Amino acid sequence: MKNLGIIFRRELSSYFATPLAYIFVVIFLIINGIFTFDLGGFYLRGQADLLPFFSFHPWLYLFMVPAIAMTLWADERKTGTIELLLTLPVKLSEAVFGKFLAAWVLTGIALILTFPIWITVNYLGDPDNGVIIAAYLGSWLMAGGFLAIGSCMSACTKNSVIAFILTVSICFLFVIMGSPILLNSFPEWIPQLIIDAFSALGFLSHFDSISKGVLDVRDILYFILFIMSWLLSSAIVIEMKKAN
Amino acid sequence: MVEIKNLTKKFDQFIAVNDLSFSVGEGEVLGFLGPNGAGKSTTMKVITGFLSPSSGSILIDGNDVSINPIDAKALIGYLPEGAPCYGDMTPLEFLKFIAEIRGFQGQECTDRVQHVIREVELQKVCMQPIETLSKGFKRRVGLAQAILHDPKVLILDEPTDGLDPNQKHHVRELIKSLAKDKIVIISTHILEEVSAVCSRAIIIDAGKIVADGTPEELESKSQYHNAVNVQLSAEYDLTKDLSALTNISLQNDSGNSFTIISKNGQSIFAEISEIAQQKKWPISELYVKKGQLEDVFRSVTQKIREGIE
Repeated sequence: MKNLGIIFRRELSSYFATPLAYIFVVIFLIINGIFTFDLGGFYLRGQADLLPFFSFHPWLYLFMVPAIAMTLWADERKTGTIELLLTLPVKLSEAVFGKFLAAWVLTGIALILTFPIWITVNYLGDPDNGVIIAAYLGSWLMAGGFLAIGSCMSACTKNSVIAFILTVSICFLFVIMGSPILLNSFPEWIPQLIIDAFSALGFLSHFDSISKGVLDVRDILYFILFIMSWLLSSAIVIEMKKAN
Repeated sequence: MVEIKNLTKKFDQFIAVNDLSFSVGEGEVLGFLGPNGAGKSTTMKVITGFLSPSSGSILIDGNDVSINPIDAKALIGYLPEGAPCYGDMTPLEFLKFIAEIRGFQGQECTDRVQHVIREVELQKVCMQPIETLSKGFKRRVGLAQAILHDPKVLILDEPTDGLDPNQKHHVRELIKSLAKDKIVIISTHILEEVSAVCSRAIIIDAGKIVADGTPEELESKSQYHNAVNVQLSAEYDLTKDLSALTNISLQNDSGNSFTIISKNGQSIFAEISEIAQQKKWPISELYVKKGQLEDVFRSVTQKIREGIE
């Protein structure tokens, strides 16, 4: 477990040693602002909540998160440092989780830096801050889900651009799984149970309820299990593809 | 003690390492030779636990790399091929990271890092990002990383590849000074390196051992071992004078330069020089050739190639 912390610190500081972390955070904040105020109609709604802010997060993450996840393992393999890392006395699980955690904390930092919008809404009205905190947590958990997919895709290839495209595609699938557009397109003879199960696998149904302030253990469990299973797949892929 | 028993590594249908067995004891510097694609790097990757063997086992001081990887890896210092490092870090940060992973803390961690920086002479560049360093410095960072925890087993994959002659010399001296109570395995295809630093050499080809011995033993297997080189200052027919000797063969290298090969590797210099004096050969140079590792390397690795084809 000690090694997990060491790997985590190295990864996180390497994000900040390059412009990557700063660019990510700044772009994240700018796009968030555009989505919330322009497209989300933050002022027009006349309601003191952050629903327009959070409802765009899945679509924002769809492009932003794969961009940080794509290098996680692809670069290690491309530069050969994977050989260095995995011949040190560390467990593969420590490496996989340490790297994931560093990227996850980076998204967390970006998310925390959106606090001015929270101040704004408190200044303008009297929002339910409990709901807002729950929504932040849900958003961060969802970012973790995107990242875990990215970690696995990044482990599949040396090429980070391929990793990016694969991650975006798979994340897109999980985003639209719960959306009405897709669900309505199912033929009627498919039992409701299967459609429900299908939609329950997607991000949106879980994220929506959390972002409305409903902190259900099942939704949190969904994201944790989701992250764990994708990280496990990452470890398996790394183990299998070490040779090439 | 590093023991490799019946190690085989397959990639799909391709057999990279084929039933390899050898052991290396303390104080030995083993040169691991072979043509490109012979399985050198693969063997090293399996020994260090990066790749898992298809069959067979590797014991590092009694720890099986497959069963007990963390303990085995803790005993090994490894410089992978090309000396990969995290380019965005400075050597100081990078070595500190390695030291922490290797379990050093606080003052000891700082001391280790400082010590190894002095040892490989990185003082001048230890605050620059590694990606901005020259090849020689990068290689030294990789080497520093490998020797930082004073490992019992040091495995270096082409440690001097791409270095200039001064740097090569420096790295070889470093390896020699480290070797006393360690097990060192170096892969290389620079043969002079083997004579310079190794106490034992193994030549592998197509994943199998084709020669194993001290560099001197291997050299004596050369067809040129104990051959006598004759440089003449004028035209002279040597064949007539040498026809009495049955254990030699004469080879014209160029113009007036000849090599007299001893067929069974025995010393023939005394006989040749006696004949030369009797017959008054117009000699400008006469000396005994030592067997070249290169000849042995070529003859043993080509035999296998021909066998396959």
